[in-house]
Amino acid sequence: MTVNIFVPMEFSSSLNEWINSVVETHGNFLHSVSAVLLKNLLLPIEKLFTGSPPFLIISLIGLIAFLGSRKWMLSIGFMLSIYFIGCLGLWEKTMQTLALMGSSLILTIVIGIPIGILMASNKQVSKIATPILDVMQTFPLFVYMLPAVMLFSIGKVPAVMATVIYSIPPLIRLTELGIREVNHEIQEAAKSFGASYWQLLRWVNLPLARPAIMTGINQATMMALAMTVVASMIGANGLGEDILGGLTNLDFGKGAAAGVAVVILAIVIDRITQSFGQSARAKRTRVMGAAGGQK
Amino acid sequence: MIEVKNVYKVFGANEKLALKMAIDGSNKKEILLKSGCTVGLRDVSFSVASSEIFVIMGLSGSGKSTLVRHFNRLIEPSAGAIEIDGENILNLSNSQLTQLHRKKISMVFQSFGLLPHWSVVDNVAYGLYIQGYKKAVAHEKALPWLEAVGLEAYAHQYPDELSGGMRQRVGLARALAVDTDIVLMDEAFSALDPLIRCEMQDLLLTLQAKLKKTIVFITHDIEEAVKLSERIAILHDGELIQVDTPEQMISNPANSYVEQFFKKYRNGN
Repeated sequence: MTVNIFVPMEFSSSLNEWINSVVETHGNFLHSVSAVLLKNLLLPIEKLFTGSPPFLIISLIGLIAFLGSRKWMLSIGFMLSIYFIGCLGLWEKTMQTLALMGSSLILTIVIGIPIGILMASNKQVSKIATPILDVMQTFPLFVYMLPAVMLFSIGKVPAVMATVIYSIPPLIRLTELGIREVNHEIQEAAKSFGASYWQLLRWVNLPLARPAIMTGINQATMMALAMTVVASMIGANGLGEDILGGLTNLDFGKGAAAGVAVVILAIVIDRITQSFGQSARAKRTRVMGAAGGQK
Repeated sequence: MIEVKNVYKVFGANEKLALKMAIDGSNKKEILLKSGCTVGLRDVSFSVASSEIFVIMGLSGSGKSTLVRHFNRLIEPSAGAIEIDGENILNLSNSQLTQLHRKKISMVFQSFGLLPHWSVVDNVAYGLYIQGYKKAVAHEKALPWLEAVGLEAYAHQYPDELSGGMRQRVGLARALAVDTDIVLMDEAFSALDPLIRCEMQDLLLTLQAKLKKTIVFITHDIEEAVKLSERIAILHDGELIQVDTPEQMISNPANSYVEQFFKKYRNGN
């Protein structure tokens, strides 16, 4: 006979009840949050991406890539890869994915960087927030989607919510780390001349933490892309739909095509955001070096 | 004029106990064992006269960099008073402290503390920007100081394009551009090689002959101390050993530690 040493405990039903009561009591509020997000962020951005002519978007990507990297060949390569996605017949869905990712990224940056700044300047906040971030980062991808669906039902809004929660921790962490690691004497110098908190932030901490923050944005972008694909399960449109469809209908070809598109998107976005992490000064020196070296 | 009165500084969590022990005269080791705190400064008192170059000298760990940071409260003392022109700066409110930083005291740092993403002229104008000057005015005020340190040709370069000596010239110009009465120099020339260091010392003396600032200069180098100073304070293990003119210290050293220092100096020359 086996002895059951486990005291039975169960919290799933009480959690469900709690979420249900939240939905019941704050349903209107959640609904209006959802509506505001849709109307002011998600739909305009989606319209921007899907409504613009493809050649415009492709040239824009090339331009941004060039501004970041200052490399002609690389930028043209990126434009060709994006064009190739269009050739696969996945243009519309790619734009939907990009729109969803872009909306999430905007929210992530707007929320994440200030939290990171706050954590860097206040040890107490850092102590409280760090374990929360740990939990957020170790949760499996799918767990994020449940509460998002329960609170906002199915569609783009819960997809964006889940994406933001999933992709925000690295940005917050790297912002905090970047500011904390700003050279101590440069900070001391700023204080010794009587810099205010905002002057210190604007002239010293943010610019010097920029490489770390840009790495954070790069990480957040990649994670957001991954999540927007998975979020097709809760009603997000875009490339994820094809992958999910491919999986459920055993249509490997369809899934693979969308998969290739996701990989291309990932590489292009990764390289572009990384290139913006380099400071303008570093690029200038590189150009000077290439031009024969003044120094 | 700066007056330092019975300043104590202990670092660590149990500051109260450590401070009490330090005042009662326990030695560093006992305090560390009992309270876990290190004593940075113990009962330091002296005064710096207006328009003099006052050198605080000591080896690393003697507390000299800690001490100089008390003058503009980058570090707060555990006990004691610091008076500038008769006013105890420890009683200043935050906004008064900001005014002190902006108008009264500026500082030059060992590893320069320049902003790498700002051009040389912007770095010199840094303190002016902080005071709210617009770019054009700030540049106009900064340029003469850039000329004074001989770097007017480099105004639009960036710090990483300059040599160490040139960077510290920028640091010096930045401190002078805000036109404060007091300039603190924390091992300002220690990171430079000997020839450049000598040049910088000469530059400082030339500028001082015109400007008549109150300069508190921190160094571990006895030659530098003797060359620059009117008076020297010798710090050892957080305690002030002697404050005097170099000549007095040579003829009348307070203890063997001071004697040792100057013996090395005389042998070196």
